[in-house]
Amino acid sequence: MASFNSSIPQVEGLAPPPQSATEMFWAFSNLALRGFGGVLPWAQRVIVEEKRWMNRDDFLEVLAFAQLLPGPNVCNLALMIGDRFLGWRGALASFVGMFVFPAMIVACMALFYDKFAHFPLVRGALQGMACAAAALIMSTGIKLGLSYRGRWLWLLPALGGFVAIGIVRRPMLETLLWLLPLSIGAAWWYVGKTAKK
Amino acid sequence: MNTGADLFSLMVHFATLSFLAISGAISTAPDMHRFLVEEKHWMTHTQFSDSIALAQAAPGPNILFVALLGFQAAGWSGAVVALGSMVIPSSILVFVTWRWKKSREDTHLVKALRMGLSPIAIGLTVSTGLILIRTAAVPVSGLVLDWRIACLVALVAATLAFSLKTKRNPLWMIGLGAVVGMLLTLGPQ
Repeated sequence: MASFNSSIPQVEGLAPPPQSATEMFWAFSNLALRGFGGVLPWAQRVIVEEKRWMNRDDFLEVLAFAQLLPGPNVCNLALMIGDRFLGWRGALASFVGMFVFPAMIVACMALFYDKFAHFPLVRGALQGMACAAAALIMSTGIKLGLSYRGRWLWLLPALGGFVAIGIVRRPMLETLLWLLPLSIGAAWWYVGKTAKK
Repeated sequence: MNTGADLFSLMVHFATLSFLAISGAISTAPDMHRFLVEEKHWMTHTQFSDSIALAQAAPGPNILFVALLGFQAAGWSGAVVALGSMVIPSSILVFVTWRWKKSREDTHLVKALRMGLSPIAIGLTVSTGLILIRTAAVPVSGLVLDWRIACLVALVAATLAFSLKTKRNPLWMIGLGAVVGMLLTLGPQ
């Protein structure tokens, strides 16, 4: 799959891109197995901070598409990142890598559910883990927002979406109906303006 | 339930939801509840919410809660049918759209989409975190702010600080969360 790799020049500050579907498979298995409570924080950490395959801006761009298309965000993310580096084989490897081991764990849980679901200790542990995991998801969003240092004005749509969906609890679809045109419209105008210079 | 017709209706319902699951599959959970618990009576409400809590706590994509729901409804074949029909249709759509976008990288429209969508993704991620924090912390004792909720909020704040200020492995905070959660069940009722 050398043709795919050579089309992506190595960017300063980034490590060399993944070379094989096997490498992508293990990277996504790795981040999925650490993803207690949600895989997104670990996707960001492994892809951007540990493997350094992408910088925050690139990751954010892929995440944006993954979130706004239907389907589980992290599955979409795996498909897109896999395809970006190694074509459809990379997409398939990342996707399968993310599912295969966690699916086995969940299968075990399904078998033992009736036995351990009723212990208060187990329920308490699950609740505490869920709180910490949710905080990690929030901090991933904040970290990605910090990459806008020096151009904070671009975070206005982020603020709008957060207030509407997170605080006021408006429906997602309604919020996107006004937020998408505003944000993309501003970006459209800006791209046109900078292109003329 | 275990007939082919039941599995088929499970497949059709989840495949439809697959296309509606914008910003994460969890947003379709209310409709799954309506279908599985209220309409078909394939599982109880407790089984339904436990499936979500378990999949959320387990490592891996949270979408695996759909497999647990399928398992509760119809055993192993239900798990496979539910997960497959939830994940495969949207994935095909996503892959095709992504390829389309990739082939038009330098057009004005795709540049504007890239710039305009990214901040929205940030807003959605922070919102998801907040909503999950609220659902995880509050069921302890309703809406009253008692000492348990105060402890869980402190845990959330510590996790945020840990993740933003240090480069250490955040799994430590998940472990701490488990310990704090267990200790809270031991306190006075």
